[in-house]
Amino acid sequence: MFDLLIAPFTEFEFMRRALAGTLALALGAGPIGVFLMLRRMSLVGDAMAHAILPGAAIGFLLSGLNLFAMTAGGLIAGFIVALLTGLVARTTELKEDAALATFYLLSLALGVTIVSIKGTNVDLLHVLFGNVLALDDQTLLLIAGNASISLLVIALIYRPLVIECVDPGFMRSVSRAGGPAHLAFLALVVINLVSGFHALGTLLAVGIMMLPAAIGRFWARDITLMIVIATVSGVLAGYVGLLLSFHTGIASGPAIILLAGVLYVVSLLFGRVGGLVRQLFPGRHLEA
Amino acid sequence: MITRRKAIASTCTVLVPGVVLHLGAAYGQEAPVKAIATFSILADFVRNVGGDRVDVAALVGPNGNAHVYAPSPSDAKKVAGAKVVFVNGLGFEGWLDRLVKASASTAPVIVATKGIKPIERGDDHHEVHEPEHDHGRADPHAWQSVTNAKIYVANIRDALAALDPAGKAVYEGSADTYLAKLDALDREVRDVIARIPADRRRVITSHNAFGYFQSAYGIEFTAPQGVSTESEASAKDVAAIITQIRRDKAAAVFLENVTDPRLMRQIASETGAKVGGVLYSDALTDRSGDAPTYIALIRHNLKQLAAALIS
Repeated sequence: MFDLLIAPFTEFEFMRRALAGTLALALGAGPIGVFLMLRRMSLVGDAMAHAILPGAAIGFLLSGLNLFAMTAGGLIAGFIVALLTGLVARTTELKEDAALATFYLLSLALGVTIVSIKGTNVDLLHVLFGNVLALDDQTLLLIAGNASISLLVIALIYRPLVIECVDPGFMRSVSRAGGPAHLAFLALVVINLVSGFHALGTLLAVGIMMLPAAIGRFWARDITLMIVIATVSGVLAGYVGLLLSFHTGIASGPAIILLAGVLYVVSLLFGRVGGLVRQLFPGRHLEA
Repeated sequence: MITRRKAIASTCTVLVPGVVLHLGAAYGQEAPVKAIATFSILADFVRNVGGDRVDVAALVGPNGNAHVYAPSPSDAKKVAGAKVVFVNGLGFEGWLDRLVKASASTAPVIVATKGIKPIERGDDHHEVHEPEHDHGRADPHAWQSVTNAKIYVANIRDALAALDPAGKAVYEGSADTYLAKLDALDREVRDVIARIPADRRRVITSHNAFGYFQSAYGIEFTAPQGVSTESEASAKDVAAIITQIRRDKAAAVFLENVTDPRLMRQIASETGAKVGGVLYSDALTDRSGDAPTYIALIRHNLKQLAAALIS
């Protein structure tokens, strides 16, 4: 049992680093995913990941696998898209989803164009798929720092954020904090995706954000509990996914997300809140 | 007053002889033979043999990765316009057949590794998991042995001489000069490696492309990924390689210009093996880089090996 569950981490430093990285990621991304989901913005993470990619790719082309350049590129691209989206959605007739769709697609197209002009076909796969097994000190600090910032900022804007989730109309009538809170929240989405792409790659980074949130939804009605469950299941998926990759030889990033997928299916079937089995056999639930 | 017709006529009398003369001059010099090589190292060989008589372009340019290369329409155009296409063979350019067909080219495809005894890809005696491992397939990176490079050059010389008989003497002359340089290079490699202590001749690279170097010169290379750069290493692979470095006491870990350097640094820091510089395998660098030619590439790799292993 020890050999199976603990030994990989005591024996190999890269496993410890990978674990620390995924834990930090899950901590930051859990709450963000829950808010995205409750605001019916589940696909925003995916769109944002595409918006970040070109910035990261440009950073990569300018200075190679340089943490700072890729992070800065990703942040800039992400923030620009988030800001433009917010502006267009709040000042014109275009709704937020449409505005985001236009800007992330433009950003993606721009990135691909710049990469193709630059010529060399050096593995862009490393930009698309980060490597959770190769987290150095710098990257770990970046991920942990981002997670800390996320948790602090969420604590600060928690109230406006929750109110805007449940009743945006009411929020607008009592306070002007909705707009700034919304933008701050989008910024958090961006920095979490940026740290996610170092560990899991742009595409899978969205997975560690949204799958735990969806899992939480099946177990709790209360938003705080939902966040706790989401975070815990993200942590669990990270830990078990790494072990799975260690023992079976499946690539690590996908293993983590697939594990989260398994948890999701279990929750979908047996979840206390709206799980399929509960819906089919509601009797006992009513008696209780 | 000059009429329009007169103007045209006089222009023609000036221009036409000029054009004819120009054509004549070009004909006297002969236009260079247009050749295509699939990647930069092969193009370097062709350039050295062909000199001014051959105009060679590489499809996968400097620093490109031929393993994951995707041909573009402009490449198909280049191939269509070429008189001859040089390929490495041994399964290195899986994409080439389709490209040649798509370009409707009739140019002969010359396999530069013809006559080289292929070694098996991968390293079966190590317990490294290789998802796409395929037994019985040859390792395509034959140029990593200078002895093989001489066979490449001989094949290119013969092909060019057959295609352009007028230049036969030129090709033979420049091939002889280049072959002499390669002989000197081969001796240089052997001299330097003789100075490395026998128990330190073990290194780890991120991309296992040095099988021929290993069998020719006796430095043992191991890679955390298979022979191809296409697969992502899993935690199991990385653990296997770290265990292996600890067990074999590999002396150094080398980065490469085509694979993930972050992973290599992590492995090195965890095992205490020395991190060598970049070893170039599949591609030359551009002119300002460390390895703009094949000879510079081998010398650069040799210098890196010596620096890490002779301590």
